[in-house]
Amino acid sequence: MTAGVALALENLRKTYKGGVEAVKGINLKVKQGDFFALLGPNGAGKSTTIGIISSLVHKTSGKVEVFGHDLDKELELAKLCIGLVPQEFNFNQFETVLQIVVNQAGYYGVPRAEAHIRAKKYLTQLDLWQKRDAKARELSGGMKRRLMIARALMHEPQLLILDEPTAGVDIELRRSMWEFLQRINQEGVTIILTTHYLEEAEMLCRNIGIIDNGVLVECTSMKALLAKLDMETFVLDLKQSQAQLPALTGIQARLIDPNTLEVDVAKSNSLNSVFAALTAQGIDVLSMRNKTNRLEELFVELVERDKGASA
Amino acid sequence: MRGLYFIAFKSIVIKEITRFSRIWIQTLLPPAITMTLYFLIFGSLVGSRIGEMGGVSYMEFIAPGLIMMSVITNSYSNVASSFFSAKFQRNLEELLVAPVPHYVMIGGYVAGGVARGLLVGLIVTLVAMFFVDLHLQHPLLVVVTVFLTSVLFALGGLINAVFARNFDDISIIPTFVLTPLTYLGGVFYSLSLLPDFWRGVSALNPIVYMINVFRYGFLGFADISVGLSMLVIVGFCVGLWLLAYYLVSRGIGLRT
Repeated sequence: MTAGVALALENLRKTYKGGVEAVKGINLKVKQGDFFALLGPNGAGKSTTIGIISSLVHKTSGKVEVFGHDLDKELELAKLCIGLVPQEFNFNQFETVLQIVVNQAGYYGVPRAEAHIRAKKYLTQLDLWQKRDAKARELSGGMKRRLMIARALMHEPQLLILDEPTAGVDIELRRSMWEFLQRINQEGVTIILTTHYLEEAEMLCRNIGIIDNGVLVECTSMKALLAKLDMETFVLDLKQSQAQLPALTGIQARLIDPNTLEVDVAKSNSLNSVFAALTAQGIDVLSMRNKTNRLEELFVELVERDKGASA
Repeated sequence: MRGLYFIAFKSIVIKEITRFSRIWIQTLLPPAITMTLYFLIFGSLVGSRIGEMGGVSYMEFIAPGLIMMSVITNSYSNVASSFFSAKFQRNLEELLVAPVPHYVMIGGYVAGGVARGLLVGLIVTLVAMFFVDLHLQHPLLVVVTVFLTSVLFALGGLINAVFARNFDDISIIPTFVLTPLTYLGGVFYSLSLLPDFWRGVSALNPIVYMINVFRYGFLGFADISVGLSMLVIVGFCVGLWLLAYYLVSRGIGLRT
């Protein structure tokens, strides 16, 4: 497989006992240093794929290579390259924060003295050092999520896989986690992220794969994917209340309430014409925002298209 | 990679010892209390009416069996409960995703069970010394036997945990298999007291061989050949190791 590839999946398949085919021949390459989003609806096969890569799930067939190490031939070398942040809390709730991270480092062959140095580094970076002697069950949900990230980094992996790392985390904390992940990505760690927050994927990731029904339905750069959208909807807050829809020739618009106007604008068109028409009618615009997340629109479109094709 | 494996092994053992030490009221104290009661009731009160058995006082006769009983129970239950809890809480995944070979993982958990088994054995021995003068006739044999028996039952506990689906499943074997086999394994009586038929049946109980050789190490006499007993113990250790390795490496009950 190509040099500079962090992860390569070749015709990966998984059929569970009972015949459920969770992964149906996925081919995927994630470049070294990438920040890659793996999206898909619930039950699409994302967690199974991650489970296979991290060797928690037996694959039925296909090939997985992590930094050139084939999982079938060099399993331990491949495992050394991966740090996994699973979706569910899976640490011993009765152990302390420090015990959890130091033991995990030990499983990867990091000597205890070095493990304590790294524990201080990562727990401090993730704002958990003050909680190092607290039992895991005493932590808040956000702290538990950060603990799992710290644990996954203890052996300083080249590839960090995060399965919905910000689920249930408040916005402020989520943003601080984003900053942290962006920083370690800039330091050279390849990151694969699954998330249900499409805004998160749009903000963080350079490339994206969308899995639906066990199939990779899209795999491209975030830029290329978003460029597929040819229409955007903007919500305008108007200063003056309107009894009826203002006249906007050639522009699709809807009056949601007397002070809120929705306009659909083709990407090729300028917004100036909208403002000019409103100004001409004596209407001032106080503020403006996108109606929906752009990626969300595309995601729904791609998944629906796939459903239509398989129906 | 050998350095890595050794550090990983050490980490599992430290984690296991920390676990049972943290809950010492559940793990180390009960055997001390139970065995004190055994020595008081069976050894001192009932034993004084029984008189001698195998040429020694009854208290002296049952002491090695009671020590061995504690080692067996604690080695088994430590690994069974710890491994199953790790599986149940899914923190076993911490090990499954790490570059830890299966034999290191099994070895680490078994070493944790052996550490608890031997520590409890030592505590019970200290308790026994309040009631009886213990003299070791064959110290090396005592050490080897107690170590191998502890390994054997730690492996048994791990296999139990691999198959267990709920907490009931890790108490069924100790309650319905281990306890009867231990009580019928010659802890409280000499096999020579049994009629021929029941002596033959007892020969099918592997715990008989362990208590027999352990008692030989203390008292210098045995109901069954020491060589045969050692062969049975080593045979079971090898067999259970191979079974545990097969189950863990195939991911049975651990991976989907």
